[in-house]
Amino acid sequence: MLLIHCPCCGPRDETEFTCAGESHVQRPQPPEEVTDARWAQYLFFHRNPRGVVCERWCHVLGCGQWFNVARETVTHEIRKVYAMGEPRPEV
Amino acid sequence: MRMKDYSALSLLRRAIVTSTPERPVWRSPDPAPRYDVLIIGGGGHGLATAYYLARNHGITRVAVLEKGWIGSGNSGRNTTVVRSNYLFPESAGIYEFSLQLYEKLSRDLNFNIMLSQRGLVSLAHSRHELESFRNWVNCVQLNGVDAELLTIGEIRDLIPILNVSADSCLPILGGMQQGRAGVARHDAVVWAYARAADRLGVDIVQNCEVTGFVRDDAGICGVHTTRGTIRAGRVGLAVAGHSSVLAEMAGFRLPIRSYALQAFVSEPVKPVLDKVVLSGTLGVYVSQSDKGELVVGGGLDHYQSYAQRGSIGTVEDTVASLLELFPCFSRLRLLRQWAGTVDVVRDSSPIIGASPVAGLYVNCGWGTGGFKAIPGGGWVFAHTLATGEPHPLAAPFALARFERGALIDEAAAAGIAH
Repeated sequence: MLLIHCPCCGPRDETEFTCAGESHVQRPQPPEEVTDARWAQYLFFHRNPRGVVCERWCHVLGCGQWFNVARETVTHEIRKVYAMGEPRPEV
Repeated sequence: MRMKDYSALSLLRRAIVTSTPERPVWRSPDPAPRYDVLIIGGGGHGLATAYYLARNHGITRVAVLEKGWIGSGNSGRNTTVVRSNYLFPESAGIYEFSLQLYEKLSRDLNFNIMLSQRGLVSLAHSRHELESFRNWVNCVQLNGVDAELLTIGEIRDLIPILNVSADSCLPILGGMQQGRAGVARHDAVVWAYARAADRLGVDIVQNCEVTGFVRDDAGICGVHTTRGTIRAGRVGLAVAGHSSVLAEMAGFRLPIRSYALQAFVSEPVKPVLDKVVLSGTLGVYVSQSDKGELVVGGGLDHYQSYAQRGSIGTVEDTVASLLELFPCFSRLRLLRQWAGTVDVVRDSSPIIGASPVAGLYVNCGWGTGGFKAIPGGGWVFAHTLATGEPHPLAAPFALARFERGALIDEAAAAGIAH
């Protein structure tokens, strides 16, 4: 069970949160210039590292806030919790 | 193939005559410097691929490279369910082919895989789910696969211990069954393919981790491993949850996310359940093993993971769902709990065929349902590795479908929520 430090509510069990997948995925622009290959990359071909992944999490059973979590996928260690809109951290 | 292997008589003889030591069932050779085909991953899919390469295509200069020991990944961590009641014709094609191979496998490989076609009952908990089951059963039947709708009365007769009370939290309104679905002994499937492939000349190299790829102008022509560099004409990838890691090594991405999928077994009890029972709404399925243990599976854990261990939150959810269906299990204790790293694709369908790098082919993306597809997946992947062309059953599952938008969305029929 992960103990996640919600920026608003402090440490809470993972069961209070929902994970919405990878952060920092940019929608390619402008639409008329986006190739099928590039669009498929955007929709389906995400990072799946055996290492640190940056994810969007939401404290659905608490404050309802969204934030980013940098997490190790083998040990599940949470390296950093940071705000939406911040760039990908070096961890 | 010698018919005396594991016959009742030979077992009896071994019990009496103890002077002859047990012979290893397959060799443990050092890897040769070069093979025609290298298969990375010594699970069910990798070993079946090697066997069919040798048997169907006469290609015997083949090695299977396994990081740990064979069957130590998802082949040894699944819940052993086999079925073919998928929605779309493309899926029915490959899964039904696989189930038909399973039906003959004990005889083909002269190894009892303990296939028990006891039937899989899926439960509907709402009017809407019942409606979609009607559609699903029609589709399955049109695909030429057996399926039937069940009334609540029929379900009660089939599974007397099921809680069919109208007062339960999510009352059961009906269901569907594939009678030919069931379970098979997962280790036996691995060992049977390993022995059969070994006897046809395939080298099974265990404790041999791939650390990189060898390239020439044409593409990939071998691998670097912890046991030296091995060259090959073609390289096949059958590593399930670790497909993305190997793909990154080769310089491309796959549309895969790796998640932990958990399973547990209870303490053994006398026979109480002779069906596989699945509830998609509650997110649980259960069968009883020949040893008497209840084998229980649930949904995926909620975040990407390579840990091969699961979250206790998912265990609690799954057990709560199990007790909703079977209140009489409430005093059973779970004996073991584990997780496998599964390769989940957005359309819940596999990826079989050429990779973006010449010389490298992939068989991955089976997600939560790879075990049932071992014979069929191995057969079609062997075809690809032997000929360079997709097998007709595998053609719809090419990697290119993501760019063309030709997804085969089996999210519902994949059984357990992705």
